[in-house]
Amino acid sequence: MIREELKRGIFTENPIFILVLGLCPSLATSTSLQNALGMGMAATFVLTCSNVIISMIKKVIPDKVRIPCYIVVIATFVTIVQLVLKAYLPDLDKALGIFVPLIVVNCIILARAEAFASKNNISRSFLDGIGIGLGFTASLSILSIIRETLGANKLWGLNFLPGFQPMTIFILAPGGFFTIALVMGIINYMRQKKETGK
Amino acid sequence: MNIASIVQISIGAILINNFVLARFIGLCPFFGVSKKLSSATGMGMAVTFVLAVASTFTWIIDKYILVRFNATVLQTIVFILVIAALVQLVEMALLKYSPLLYEALGIYLPLITTNCAILGIAVINSQDNVFTGKPYTFIEGVINGIATGVGFTLALVLMAGIREKLELANIPKPLRGLPIAFITAGLMAIAFLGFSGLNFIQNSGG
Repeated sequence: MIREELKRGIFTENPIFILVLGLCPSLATSTSLQNALGMGMAATFVLTCSNVIISMIKKVIPDKVRIPCYIVVIATFVTIVQLVLKAYLPDLDKALGIFVPLIVVNCIILARAEAFASKNNISRSFLDGIGIGLGFTASLSILSIIRETLGANKLWGLNFLPGFQPMTIFILAPGGFFTIALVMGIINYMRQKKETGK
Repeated sequence: MNIASIVQISIGAILINNFVLARFIGLCPFFGVSKKLSSATGMGMAVTFVLAVASTFTWIIDKYILVRFNATVLQTIVFILVIAALVQLVEMALLKYSPLLYEALGIYLPLITTNCAILGIAVINSQDNVFTGKPYTFIEGVINGIATGVGFTLALVLMAGIREKLELANIPKPLRGLPIAFITAGLMAIAFLGFSGLNFIQNSGG
């Protein structure tokens, strides 16, 4: 069961490349691998905790006001993340900036609460949170590795290839769009090839 | 409060720091509702309207309740609740007083609660003004909200116009659908990068 849940989050229901949810943070924070991992971990924490809590209280919440209830649970965990980042990782907090409070409106988290945690038991919701969170973090890392090496000739803040002239555009806004377009194009190509091959 | 700062904020929010193309905020509706020009216009108007209302209320609540009682820790929770309630209220008010407007904007309103642009403007208005380095005044905050909405609408309508034409183009198979939309957005973002040369910060001596 554990393997299935994790595999689903990372591959078959990958939040960014397959479901195309949570685009704003994934494009904005993938300028460097450090930011991407920080954002991925923050979102995974919020996603897992809110999944568990929502799955716990799903029978108590009246159906009509469920969305506001979910949002309050999510916002609480986001506030925890905000305070922890400010206290222990001020540099990361500054780099992520407005995108830390914006985790509240990350469509992935609300979508998992509505589509999964409100219908499944606690342990499955927990695993779903971890799986989808890992998928989100992995996709962010892929985007950020491409953008950081091409755009700044660096990886994890260290120099990458000596003598390579970086293309600054990949660090800037347009590069984010181009990178995700390329990765999605490659995924589509492989999928189509597999389908026609069979 | 003077005209210069209004112009600064408006041009800053519409062109230089365009929410979608420079700041990556509000991308979900940008790609979700930009397939048809008519729905893009409707969504743009609805977002602008809610942004104006939300920036008004969140500024008042932030300044007179949260800052005053030293409870800015609760900012995120309070803002998202206020926004969710406001969107509901706007929907009900429109239904009662302006059915015509409701018909035009109605279906887009529920989607707007989780549009990050609305929470984004509330958070940005609670920080310092990038041009003056001082906190936003009430009028500046509201202008910032409206201008952000106009910038969002501009990007959305331009994108929808291009995507309607793209339907007829012969695109390589793996890039059909979203990937080509991302490339289009990237090209538009390059165009908008040109506006970053409009530097107000130096002119105003800030």
